[in-house]
Parts: sequence; C-alpha cells; structure tokens
Amino acid sequence: MRRRTAKRFCNGKVAEIEKKIREAFEVFDRESNKTVDARDIGCIVRSLGCFPSEVELHELLAKLVEKEEEEEATRFIHLEKFLPVMTKVLLDRSYWPIREDVLLHAFEALDENKCGYITKEDLVKYLTEEGEPFTQEEMEEMLSVALDPETDTLHYRDYLSKLVVDEAKIFPFHV
Amino acid sequence: MGSGSSVNVNYKYSLQKSENAFKAAVLIQQWYRRYVARLEMRRRCTWRIFQSIEYACEQDQIKLHNFFSYLMEQFTPSSSKERDFISRMFITGESYKEAELEKYCDYESIEVPDSYTGPHLSFPLLPDHATALLEAFKQKQQLHARYVLNLLHETRKHLKQLPNISHVSTCYSEEVTVCGDLHGQLDDLFLIFYKNGLPSPSKSYVFNGDFVDRGKQSLEILLILFTFLLIYPKEVHLNRGNHEDHMVNLRYGFTKEVMQKYKVHGKKILRMFHNVFCWLPLATLIDQKVLILHGGISDTTDLDMLEKIQRDKFISVLRMKKRKESNRKVEMWNVNGESKSEADAAGNEAAPRLSLQPQPAQAPSTANRLEFSKWLRQTVQEQIDTCRRLVDISESEPEELTYSSMVSLKYGDEPCWTHQEEWQQILNILWSDPMPQEGCRANKVRGGGCYFGPDVTEKFLEKYNLQFLIRSHECKQEGYEFCHRRKVLTIFSASNYYEIGSNRGAYVKLGPDLVPHFVQYQANKAAHTLTMTQRISRVEESAFRALREKLFAHTSALISAFKAYDEDNTGRITLSNWATALESVLRLGLPWRMLRPQLVRSTEDGMLEYKSWLDDLAMEQRSQEHIQSSLLEVIYRNRSNLETIFRIIDRDHSGLISFEEFQQTWKLFSSHMNIELTDDGINDLVRSIDFNKDGNIDFNEFLEAFRLVRQCQA
Repeated sequence: MRRRTAKRFCNGKVAEIEKKIREAFEVFDRESNKTVDARDIGCIVRSLGCFPSEVELHELLAKLVEKEEEEEATRFIHLEKFLPVMTKVLLDRSYWPIREDVLLHAFEALDENKCGYITKEDLVKYLTEEGEPFTQEEMEEMLSVALDPETDTLHYRDYLSKLVVDEAKIFPFHV
Repeated sequence: MGSGSSVNVNYKYSLQKSENAFKAAVLIQQWYRRYVARLEMRRRCTWRIFQSIEYACEQDQIKLHNFFSYLMEQFTPSSSKERDFISRMFITGESYKEAELEKYCDYESIEVPDSYTGPHLSFPLLPDHATALLEAFKQKQQLHARYVLNLLHETRKHLKQLPNISHVSTCYSEEVTVCGDLHGQLDDLFLIFYKNGLPSPSKSYVFNGDFVDRGKQSLEILLILFTFLLIYPKEVHLNRGNHEDHMVNLRYGFTKEVMQKYKVHGKKILRMFHNVFCWLPLATLIDQKVLILHGGISDTTDLDMLEKIQRDKFISVLRMKKRKESNRKVEMWNVNGESKSEADAAGNEAAPRLSLQPQPAQAPSTANRLEFSKWLRQTVQEQIDTCRRLVDISESEPEELTYSSMVSLKYGDEPCWTHQEEWQQILNILWSDPMPQEGCRANKVRGGGCYFGPDVTEKFLEKYNLQFLIRSHECKQEGYEFCHRRKVLTIFSASNYYEIGSNRGAYVKLGPDLVPHFVQYQANKAAHTLTMTQRISRVEESAFRALREKLFAHTSALISAFKAYDEDNTGRITLSNWATALESVLRLGLPWRMLRPQLVRSTEDGMLEYKSWLDDLAMEQRSQEHIQSSLLEVIYRNRSNLETIFRIIDRDHSGLISFEEFQQTWKLFSSHMNIELTDDGINDLVRSIDFNKDGNIDFNEFLEAFRLVRQCQA
C-alpha cells in the first residue's frame, strides 16, 4: 500500500476505533459528563473485545488515574485520557481473546482424572484459591449456570459449547 | 537412584502441576470475567434501548398535539360535515358542571343483581371493605359498576376539601412510606402491602402518582387506593402524576382498560375518573422538610402559587384550558370585509376563515409589540370562539388548544398571575426530570416540563427551607436513585417495568429523623429463578424486537441514508457508515456499534448488504399478506398516533369509527406530518383496516392483528 493511502487507511481505522470506544464509554457515563467510575473501566475494556487479567487491568488503570486520588471509590476516568490509551490497546491487540481450544485445555488441566467433568468442590477450590481468585459472588454466579444440578459437577465441554453459541451472537470485536 | 531423586521428580511434577493449575485458573477467571463484563454491557444497552423508545413515544404524543394546534390555526372546514367532524374532535365534553356530572354519572339507578358475587361496598367505608376488595381482586373478581361510581363520587367529595399540598407529620405515625409509579401493576402493590403492611392509623403512605396506564390493572389499583384513602384520610396521601390525565390515558391504556372491563357503564366511569384525577393533590410535604411530587421542579416553581391555584381547572395538563372570561363579549368577526352572513350554495352559512391575518384598520400600531401580541391573541381566541358558536358548541367551558409556548400576557383586571402561568407551574411539577448539568431547560424529550439541574434544586430547597425532594416519573434499575448530591431521590415502584427482569421496584420509609430506608423487590417469581444470563437475554430479546420494529418503520428513510454512502451503487456500505446512518434517521442516541452484533447477522469484509438486511427486517414484521411493505411501514411508524387518533374520534368509546372519519383525519394528519401517502395509499390503508367491509373500522381488531403477530414470533 502506498504511504499516503496507508496513512488514510490507518486514519480511517483509527477513527472507527475511536467511535467504538466512545460508544462503549458513553454507556457507562451516567452523568453525561464524559467521565466514568474507575470501577467500570474493566467492564468497558472487556466489552470492547479484550481479555485482560486483573493484573493487566490494574496496570491500565494506573496509566489513567491521577496520582493524587487516594480513595478508590472516588476515582473517575475522563474520556480524554481513556481514548488514546484504549486506542493503543486495540491497535496493538493487547489482551487478545482467549480461544475456545485454549480454554478447553485449561479446564482439562483442572480435570485430574480426565473424566470430562470437574466436581463443584474442586472448581470452587481452584477458582477461589488459585490464579486471580474469584469473589464469592463471582463463584456463585458461575456455578448457577455451569453446574449440572443433579450431579453437582461441571461438564466443561457442554458448558463451553453452550457459551460459545451464546457468544457467537456477539462475535468478537473486529478491529 | 535413591528415594531422594524420585522425591525430586515427584516434587518437580507436582510443582509443574500446580503451576499448570494456576495458569489454568487464571485463564478461566480471565475468560469468565470478560463474559460477565459483556453481559453487563448488554444489560446497559438494553436499558438504553427501552428508555429511548419510551421517550420517543412521548414525543409522538406531543406531535399529535401540535397537529391539533395546527388544525386550530390553519384549517378551513370546507363543508358543514367537516366542520362538525372537527368540532367533535375538539370538544370532548369531559368538562361537566357539577350538577351535570352528578346527574350523568349517577349510580343509584344501577341495580346490583343477586347473581353478583363480588364485594359489596357501603358508605362510610370500613377496614373490612378494604380487605374484602383486596381479596376479591386477588381472586380476579370485578367490582360492580354501581360501587365503582359510588366510590368515585365519595372520593371526589373527599379530595375536593384537600389542599393542593398535603401536609404530613411523622410525629403521629412513626414512619411514612413513600411509593412511586405503579402503572397498573397490581402485583407490585400487593407485594408492597405484603412486605410493609396495609395502611392503618399507625402506617402512613404517600403514593406519588402514575397509578395508571401501561399495566393491565390500573383500575384495581385506583379502587384500592381510593378505598384506603377514604378509610384512613389522615394516613393515606395521593399525589397526581402526569398519567392522571385523560389525554395521556387515551394513548397509554387506561381508557381502553376501563372500556373493556365495564362495557355498559364504562363511559360514565371514565368521566368520573377524569373528574377525580383533576382533584388529586399536587404534592405532599413531610414535616415541612421533605417535598414529594411526581416529576420535579423548574427554576420558576412557586410553592405559594401552587398552594393557591384552583387545581381542578386542569383536567388535562396537555391541553391548556382557558377560564371563561365573563366580561368578554364574543362578536361575529368580519374577515376580509366579507359579510358574516354570506351563504354558500347549500344554504349554509359560510364558516369564517380561521386566519391570523389581522384587520389592518383595527390592528394597533405594530410599534408597540406587547399591545400587538395581546391584540393578536385575543383575535385568534375570538375567531375560534366564533367558529364554535357557529357550529353550536357548548360554551360552558371554552377550551383553547394552542399547546406551544406563548408569550405570557397580563390582563389588567386579572389576579396577579395568568392562567398560562398556573398551567406552567403544574406542567413543570408533573413532567420535569433532573439532569446532571446546571441550569434549567425545556424537556424536549418528553415534550413537557423541563430538565432541572443541581443548582435549581439547591436554590429551591434553600428558598423553602427543605431538606430534600422525593419524586418519581423515571424508571430506575434498582427501584430508586439519588442525584443532585443526594438532594433529589427518585423512587419507582413498578418492578419489571420494561420486561421481566428489567428492574426492581422500591419504596422508601422515613422516620422522624427523615433518613430514608429502602426496600426493593421484584414482583415476578419467574425472575428469581432465572440466572443472570437468562434474565438479561430475555430482556434483551424484548428490547431488540422493539428496536427492529422501529428500524422497519423507517425503511424508506434508511434506504435513502444508506444510498448516500453508496455512490457507486454497489448495494454495500461499511458498518461504520451503517451506524452513522441509523443514528441520523432514528435519533435515539443509541450505541449502534455496540448493538450491531444483535442487529446484523452477516457481513462480508466489514461491509453490509443493506437491501437484504432491510428485507430481513421486513420479513419479521409482515402480518397481513395483502398489506404492502410501504404501507405497513407507515402504520408501524405511526401506530401510537393512529391509536390515539382513533380513540379521540371514537367519542362514545364503542371501538368503531366510520371509514370517512378516519380517512379525513388521516389525510390531515399525514399532510401535516409530511407522511408520503397517495390517495390510493390512504384508501388501501383504510380498506385494510376495515375487516368487516361494512364501512366501519373496528380498530381494536386492527391493532390486535399486529400484536397477535408479535406474540406468535415470541
């Protein structure tokens, strides 16, 4: 692609990305004053197609928040600051999606006996003690959907295919 | 190898295993959190869809009123038939004098048959009557028309002696419970009574308006509230909401509900209700510190004026009624020098032209603008009155239909504020919404009242030495919400308002310390058993169905907008342009790019084939085979207005209007609204509605046809 066309193409792409970021941001902008609660940033970033870990999210927030803010509860992020940072994230493809097969491997890794399911106890143990632990609320909500109530086990293949269908309705964000 | 190395191997193995477990856990958590975030975003988008559609509908209402104003100002009836027709539309006759009302809505002649198994009411009412009524409604029984009318008469008598602003004190009954909008959702009222207890001498309640419309049991709610009001007059307080208004009821369902449930006496009952609504108090004050009103305030809200207004003058806040000017003479007006008694060929008197052209000889000098506008206004009003005289309309309470804002004029011999100013006060407290920005501006979204900022609140509270405001009027996800630095509380009591699972309802309790305590609930058992995912999906489906219908209704405009981006006529446009085009046509302020995956099923290289996308939308909406797509589109786009026009024309609420009447009104309406529809198109429209082919339109049948189709798809 010739340089000028390439630049125009890139500008067009950037403009489109910025529009998408603005839209997602506005959904959480309750006061219509171009700011959102810092606690909602995770939601915004994730619904734009990214899969950051909690650590990565904290790093991102650090770039956005003023150093002088002490209390987490009162931190607000302004669109002006968010826009360039998020645009870069999307252009660089940071925090890129976790593919279905990778996720399957993850479940399999927790399934010691390779029997195709994980017991409720094991699931709770792993997800609330290992990695970046779930809160009780998160755990309960996941269990309510994922567990087979009769056996109290998670048949992960079924669970995955069910969710993939659901997600397919919301196919991944195209940059 | 000794055991040492096998331990080493085991250790290494288990270390790797735990590392793997850790990594696996992180992945799953990471992925799951993303999934939940996506759900949250969907939930919020769904909410936005519902709200924007709801407010767009309210705008429709305003367009309709502007249409009637336009008629009043511009229309020249060309025949006596047309004159009759128009006059019939404008004079609904709901404003009866006292004696006429008693006579017309009399109940004593109505007999209650022995076969009636519902509750019997006798006056004065006792607590047992209330419990009997509650029980009856739980069993889906209906109260006999005689008792309904009796109850309404007694309610009206009681309300008349109440001041515009009720005063409540927490020292008598320790706590006051305040409930917001109920909108005909009887299950929510039952739930509130179950959780909080029935009204009693030790349990005070304030119900903050909007008891009716949208939900299917508005009638039952009113009957229950009025009953408790009469039994415990000191403890139960009702505020008027913007839906306690007969013009709003025509559109939003209350009128229909009453006529369906009371086929014989429905008209009388409706008349009584509308005469009761205007007597509902406007606000409630707790301990002189907390003001409760339905909508909000404006920067001109004046509590002193509000206390002194004759509130019953405003049967509908959407139409400004003018008080009778007893000392004003209405004269036959000479227009353009024509003789007033000129007859046309049919021997009828010529109708004076409704014209805003002033007579040059009589107009005051235009240099004095105030004088001029006063004169102009009088002129218009008098012409209207003249026209009415000609068509023999009762002038007991002349009505003025000019809706849009007018210059406020002061007449010399009037009290210190005008009718216009009074009306404005009431409109503002019933229709306004708080906004985060400072200032006060007209509420264009709803078309009535204003948006008021935190500074307006601050000044108001200071001026009247109040602590905070409680209002309703807006649906909130959690049932309640603070704003303006906790000085304004919105309380909304209709749970699952948009759809099952869409929101909770709430009520608030205030003790002598005036610290609010909230109780939230959701009236539908099904909502509890659904998981978060299921709940969101369900509400979302509902929202998108409504949105797709709206898109379909704007097919033609969308095609033009898309074509503008497709100069080479490839039939495809980028998704980015698609989003921009949608917003430019629909103006709903929605995040289209976020919603896109739910609206567009397939794309190629980020491009959309827009014609086939629109065809898909049309397929979903098609109900009757013989109605062409463009016609269907017109119907859908204006369905709400169509329905309202129907009900206005159908003055005797019979559900039938004549072919001609509808055709005439539709013609006027569509030309005013710039809706393209040829004469053939109009005829097609009317014929498609006239299922019985007998020259009458049963519009309930017509409307049901569309609703039935949607149900099938669900």
